[in-house]
Amino acid sequence: MAEIEFDDVTKRYPDGFEAVKHMDLAIPDGEFIILVGPSGCGKSTALRMVAGLEDISEGELKIGGNVVNEKAPKDRDIAMVFQNYALYPHMSVRDNMGFALKLAGTDKNEINRKVEEAANILDLTGHLDRKPANLSGGQRQRVAMGRAIVRDPSVFLMDEPLSNLDAKLRVQMRTEVSRIQNRLGTTTVYVTHDQTEAMTLGDRVAVMRAGLLQQVGPPSELYAEPDNLFVAGFIGSPAMNFMPAHVEGDRLRLPMLDVALRDEHRAALQAGGSRDLIAGIRPEDFEDAALVGEQARHGATFRTRIDVLEAMGSEYYAYFRNEGAAASSQQLEELAADAGAGDVPSAGEGGQVVARLGAESRAAEGEEIELWLDTDKVHLFDTAEGHRLGARERVAG
Amino acid sequence: MRSTTGRERLLWSIGLLVVLLYALIPVVWIISLSLKETADIADGNFLPTGGVSFDNYTSLFESGEFLDPLRNSIIAAAVATFLSILLAAMAAYAISRLNFPGKTLILSAALALAIFPPISVVGSLFDLWREIGLFDTLIGLIIPYMTFALPLAIYTLSAFFREIPWELEQAAQVDGATPFQAFRKIIVPLAAPGVFTAAILVFIFAWNDFLFAITLTSTDASRTVPAALAFFTGSSQFADPTGSIAAAAVVVTIPIIIMVLIFQRRIVAGLTAGAVKG
Repeated sequence: MAEIEFDDVTKRYPDGFEAVKHMDLAIPDGEFIILVGPSGCGKSTALRMVAGLEDISEGELKIGGNVVNEKAPKDRDIAMVFQNYALYPHMSVRDNMGFALKLAGTDKNEINRKVEEAANILDLTGHLDRKPANLSGGQRQRVAMGRAIVRDPSVFLMDEPLSNLDAKLRVQMRTEVSRIQNRLGTTTVYVTHDQTEAMTLGDRVAVMRAGLLQQVGPPSELYAEPDNLFVAGFIGSPAMNFMPAHVEGDRLRLPMLDVALRDEHRAALQAGGSRDLIAGIRPEDFEDAALVGEQARHGATFRTRIDVLEAMGSEYYAYFRNEGAAASSQQLEELAADAGAGDVPSAGEGGQVVARLGAESRAAEGEEIELWLDTDKVHLFDTAEGHRLGARERVAG
Repeated sequence: MRSTTGRERLLWSIGLLVVLLYALIPVVWIISLSLKETADIADGNFLPTGGVSFDNYTSLFESGEFLDPLRNSIIAAAVATFLSILLAAMAAYAISRLNFPGKTLILSAALALAIFPPISVVGSLFDLWREIGLFDTLIGLIIPYMTFALPLAIYTLSAFFREIPWELEQAAQVDGATPFQAFRKIIVPLAAPGVFTAAILVFIFAWNDFLFAITLTSTDASRTVPAALAFFTGSSQFADPTGSIAAAAVVVTIPIIIMVLIFQRRIVAGLTAGAVKG
């Protein structure tokens, strides 16, 4: 009914800058897809091309099977929620929500019925006759949502709709957005730079970087099988730890210990010999060795000194340092710059590693502790290209 | 603490009083003059102590040498204001929203025109108008008024348009509005304070103009009030027209005061508050 298809879509600005490069993406009807990436990665541009607010330089964009490249926004049957809401300040909430229907020449009673229905869903019934200026941030956000759902469009476009809310409200509205999308079943494209929103909201997540799609897939797949360093570093919080690794024969040398090279990695490396790689380990794939029971078989342990210990209540985040340098690669530096060093701590700061430990751990700051590493979960990345070893070949995107 | 605030308030009051006196004494003076009897005009008293009389006003409206100029003033100022705002709104919208070649040229040309001294064109305009038959017509006044008012209006309005978030217009387009509908239903209502501000400025400029009015008119067919005041003869041939001039000055001030009072409520800053999270 309203699937969206990007067919080799490129956006080039007059100064030659390419915001979106050869994007291929098919979004089936009713899917909730998230475009995620650091600022400037082209995700908003891609969304605005769907809305018709940006021209498409090359390629074809189809909504519901029809090429819409040359269609004005009003002829695309889309509704958009803007980051700053863009409510009409001189109109009441009711008029804001009914504006599109009024333009379409809908019957007055019908407009009222639809607006009240939407207000009901969004818990705005008591505020219909107020002006946007008199509403709280959360209420304004809901009015912006209401303006979109009143129209019953074939596609919802959301441009960072929650980024202006405070943290608590954001979590609340996140659930709300998810609930509304489930209820309406409308194809939704949602842009965010917040990987938590991406992981929790979407059916599928598309990670973008510098105008290029990096990987598209369900959140769990992106988390467990990232295609490259960038996706691995961007998805997950705290971020994945990166460190230099060295392959010698069938041993993998990590800064803190040596482990056996896994079969899949050996297969990917083909010829043996020695080779420099980058290893990626998620914080939760470490554990206090004292707390590891049964599963200890496929792991390895090492001793290290904890620099900083953050108690979260349900778990600990333990920071320790690897002897020797941090993983250095052109790609990683770029990644750190892209995502902001804070998002990729081990790429930004020299050799720091974060491990998540269970709440029962007896780890203490400044003391040595034996840590366990789940060696099955160690990811290896090619130093030059940043590809993950063993990542299946995907259609270039 | 307490005494400080008391002293501050005192200083503020004195300051305000000085400013008020400075601004209002000439106004009070001219009102006082207009209410004096012809014989008392030169008596040296600030207030009409010799008795209040409305003779000056009655003769003003009976003589006809004032009513025609008043009508001319209203028409010239109103038409110049309306046309200037209409053109300036469209020009300012284009300047604030679109990127087109020559945009900066237009803006700097407008600025150059705004700082251009009218006195330097008035002579050649006089010759030109006589040549093409615009001398002593209202159109002949309206055209230079628009020329000098447009830059001002374009600058004021483009500043207002720039402050309206572009997203509002895009939201309207996504909501199904054509670009013109978005302009009319979203942008214009939001820019209303700017439109009224510009309108008042243009109106006052046209209303107060003396230079063009005295140069480009010769009869009551097109002479506006500021120019007509210079030709006042007084109630009799031998009487000093000071009283009549004072009365006319008071009368021509009234429309301006009414305009400002009406539009004052519309010139509310912060009308766009709440459109977007600030």
